Amino acid sequence: MPTKIEKDAVSGRDTTGHEWDGIKELDTPLPKWWLWTFYACIGVAFVLFFLYPSIPYGPGYWHGVLGYSQRKMVDEEVAKLTAIRKVSLDKIGALSFAEIKADPALLEVALTDGRITFAENCQPCHGAGGGGHIGYPALAAGAWLWGGTLDDIQQTVTHGIRSGDPDAHNSAMPHFGADGLLKPEEVQQVADFVWATFYGHAKPGEDVSAGAKIFAENCAACHGENGEGNRLVGAPRLNSRIHLYGDARETIVSQVTLPRQGVMPNWNARLSPATIKAVTLYVHSLGGGE
Amino acid sequence: MSRISKIDRRLQDKQEAVQGDLYANRVKVYPKTVRGRMRQIKWAVLIACLTIYYVLPWVRWYRGPNQPTQAVLLDISTQRFYFFNLELWPQDIWLLAGILIMAAVALFLVTSLVGRVWCGYSCPQTVWTDLFMWIEKEIEGDRNERMQRDASPLTADTIWKKFLKHSIWLAIAFWTGGAWIMYFTDAPTVSVDFWTGDAARPVYVFTGIFTLTTYVLAGWAREQVCTYMCPWPRFQSAMLDDQSFTVTYQGWRGEPRARGKRGEGVTGVGDCVDCGVCVTACPTGIDIRDGIQLECINCGLCMDACDHVMDRTGQAKGLITWDTMARQVAKKSGTVEPIHLLRPRTLIYVTALTVAVIALSVALATRSTLGLSVQRDRAPLFVPLANGSIRNGYTLKIVNKSQLNGAYDLSISGLTGAGMAIAESDPTPEPMLRLLGSSDEVETFRLLVTARPDKLVDGAQPMDFILRDTTTGAQTVYHSTFMGPPGYAGGTP
Repeated sequence: MPTKIEKDAVSGRDTTGHEWDGIKELDTPLPKWWLWTFYACIGVAFVLFFLYPSIPYGPGYWHGVLGYSQRKMVDEEVAKLTAIRKVSLDKIGALSFAEIKADPALLEVALTDGRITFAENCQPCHGAGGGGHIGYPALAAGAWLWGGTLDDIQQTVTHGIRSGDPDAHNSAMPHFGADGLLKPEEVQQVADFVWATFYGHAKPGEDVSAGAKIFAENCAACHGENGEGNRLVGAPRLNSRIHLYGDARETIVSQVTLPRQGVMPNWNARLSPATIKAVTLYVHSLGGGE
Repeated sequence: MSRISKIDRRLQDKQEAVQGDLYANRVKVYPKTVRGRMRQIKWAVLIACLTIYYVLPWVRWYRGPNQPTQAVLLDISTQRFYFFNLELWPQDIWLLAGILIMAAVALFLVTSLVGRVWCGYSCPQTVWTDLFMWIEKEIEGDRNERMQRDASPLTADTIWKKFLKHSIWLAIAFWTGGAWIMYFTDAPTVSVDFWTGDAARPVYVFTGIFTLTTYVLAGWAREQVCTYMCPWPRFQSAMLDDQSFTVTYQGWRGEPRARGKRGEGVTGVGDCVDCGVCVTACPTGIDIRDGIQLECINCGLCMDACDHVMDRTGQAKGLITWDTMARQVAKKSGTVEPIHLLRPRTLIYVTALTVAVIALSVALATRSTLGLSVQRDRAPLFVPLANGSIRNGYTLKIVNKSQLNGAYDLSISGLTGAGMAIAESDPTPEPMLRLLGSSDEVETFRLLVTARPDKLVDGAQPMDFILRDTTTGAQTVYHSTFMGPPGYAGGTP
């Protein structure tokens, strides 16, 4: 950059000698108070170095004389928050569902706690918002195997299904096909009947009476004469538009031949009774609650 | 050749001394008190501005039981902003943007018409500096006395007078900082709590900050703020043109300047007697005869000062006057240039200002106190039910900005046979829901909508939530969507 200091004709002052596309800059001196403000700011920086954690050295760093630590602040904040939460969690643990629902503020806390607990523990199988997956009941749709009242849900969450807990729900559908209880063509016949009658795929003129007879003799005891299911034994409702293992006819065949037996853990081993209550309230609020 | 006045020499000496230096000492300005029309206008604006500033927080306004009684209150803790009848929520912050746009365009317009009158008359920096200078003059005396005092050795009288001056400055600064806080919290309460130690910590912190800034900026920094800190002088030239009225020294009339008598038999000299009163009166310490410049705040005090001299020397007033550059050029050549108030620039500013005012007025007039916002659940997008119908989940927020508890009817249009239920309460779907919203609150509801539409094109159907205030009949509509499995046709797979 060419440096040619010249005198500006209008102001009579020197220029800095720098030029950008014909624009020249006057060499206007900075006010001294401004300079001293800069120095003061630098001075303040050193004061802050002294007061707060600043210079690293070897294995550690200068901690500052004020004892300032963000980690400590987080710990304190978390402890404070835990103490606040404990009050409402204790309340949720002590009160009945009806009492919690009567207290809107407490219910909101319970639903929030339940939502987070659900997301961390239940969502991988049951889906976000309880939407369900193949093999995992849609809680939001109310496709309950073992009942959808608050007490039912609490019982299921606490002890699980086929979890090994002494109070767990246990049921076993016989292996009709695999154990030879039904012949392969009988399996097909009963599948035809269920597919047509309960899954809503009846074709005009189709005769499913053979399957109906097999169903009445073998299946109706648990699944009900009209496929309405039986929650006492955890038998899924069949006359529905949503099905635990999917909507295809093949799933009926495979389920009759060699049934899948789903497992749900007993959450009493992992969650506190109060948290289980909170997640129960949340699951109940998803829209399937009874 | 005109003689160089004493004051000019002093300033030039200073400038020569700093030429080439990186840093310059501040040339202290000792403005001389003047009397006249401009000074009177300045006092009037000052009194009006300061009265509004100090008194406004104390004005009371009844809004209803359990409501703040302060006419103007920016309540940060509850996030409510009160301006007399108007109550604004944080959501209404765009109104502030509108007001700021209006203020900016109005400032552009005024500047393009009459120059930097904002700087010279109503800028807080000018107003408080003026007030502080007046106090200084009352205690320490006028320009000459003050210059003499500062140049002489310290005496007990000087110490006492400076002490008194700074005490009064600090008192006013404290009052200013305190008044600022009163816009953010109840004035009578905070003025008691402040002294009993019950006020919140930010009250003390901010009162301290604003006390300090007022004292430093108005007492010490003064014209340095305008010259070195404020961005406005840097881009004011973009608003000015040769048709803008500014404080102007009429060089064609004044030059060649020369000392001495004027009247019969005096020829070859202009009207300017080179007395320097325009320079001594200037609060930013410039010479207006050098023409329009960055430091000039367009206050017109030099006009008052000069008019007195013109009177004494028996010449016409207005050697320094409000005029445009174009008219000055014309006058110099003996022609007359008309005043052009309507120019493309001013017309554009007026149009922009009119649009902003109308838009803001319409927005304020039609501002609803009832608001509805709906958020669709994203997971699950929809829930197929055992009987073949579909359910969607929504989070509803009802904003009730009024001072009355509201009862609202929520209905759905565009989705036949839809039923709604609030998730946590009775889940039986109803075609219409009665919802309650407390005054001045946002209520949140988890809404479950169940429907069995005949078909869903691409798995979705637009629908509207309609919320009706049962008392006022006011309605608000929120456009939303109802979703289901792609290919859904009336619940049969």
